[in-house]
Amino acid sequence: MNPEDDPDLWLDQHGGALYRFAMIRLRDTHKAEEVVQDTLVAGLQSISRFSGGASVRTWLIGILKHKIMDQFRRESREVQLESPDLLSAENDLFAEEDCFDANGSWRENLSDWGNPEDSLERSQLMAILQRCLDTLPERLSRLFMLREVMEESTEMICQEMAISPTNVWTMLYRARMGLRQCLDQNGAGRARG
Amino acid sequence: MLTCKDASHLVSHSQDRTLGFRERWELRIHLWMCVNCRRFERQIGLMRRLLRQSARQAEAEAADRQLPAEARERIRQALPSSNGTRTTQPPEKRPSS
Repeated sequence: MNPEDDPDLWLDQHGGALYRFAMIRLRDTHKAEEVVQDTLVAGLQSISRFSGGASVRTWLIGILKHKIMDQFRRESREVQLESPDLLSAENDLFAEEDCFDANGSWRENLSDWGNPEDSLERSQLMAILQRCLDTLPERLSRLFMLREVMEESTEMICQEMAISPTNVWTMLYRARMGLRQCLDQNGAGRARG
Repeated sequence: MLTCKDASHLVSHSQDRTLGFRERWELRIHLWMCVNCRRFERQIGLMRRLLRQSARQAEAEAADRQLPAEARERIRQALPSSNGTRTTQPPEKRPSS
């Protein structure tokens, strides 16, 4: 092991990088601090398994990824307890019959939102979108954020939330339909009539 | 023929998986004929772009965050060896959590 890999120096040498990595994913200073600490403790405990093939930092980041996943899993379990029956809980949000008639056609014409390039217009839309996201049932919003913001694959989300791919796609569809409706009702298309 | 309802599902799915050849073809024909579904597709795409843009902004802000000195100290206290006496020899195996 290189002298600069001295575990006593891990915190000083890698703490900052681990913290930034965690902050990007968790966006919460307390949680980030917690996972960095867990990572260093776990690293010290399993130092005998460090092969020396990778750099210490890469190895620690590997541990950190697992700790972040554990954190997500814990949160999603907590949320699951609050609303165990996800698919019915989010039925309130969006009903297909409200959007489509018996022939499967849109009941109302959709408005043109345009493609705002203007950063002010975009940030206004984003503000509405944020408020709409807050109205989603928590587990659905978590799933939607995993996909759209963290850009996780369906496979990852399936593992993460213990549901089938078909369910993931259906839930994402419902989230998008609900958000689209919410945005539309809150003025996304108003400027253009 | 696809209904708008079917098409809306396919538009959404196309953001999460690769559509089959037939699905892609049927959707393309439907979108070609249906202004509402074309708008739907653009709205969904705009939502994704807005979210990803704001996520990148938030990420850039998070990436600027330094590990605060107090947090560093708290972590140092919590680590098994905090007095600097550790040697570079691997410690005895501890029970893993």
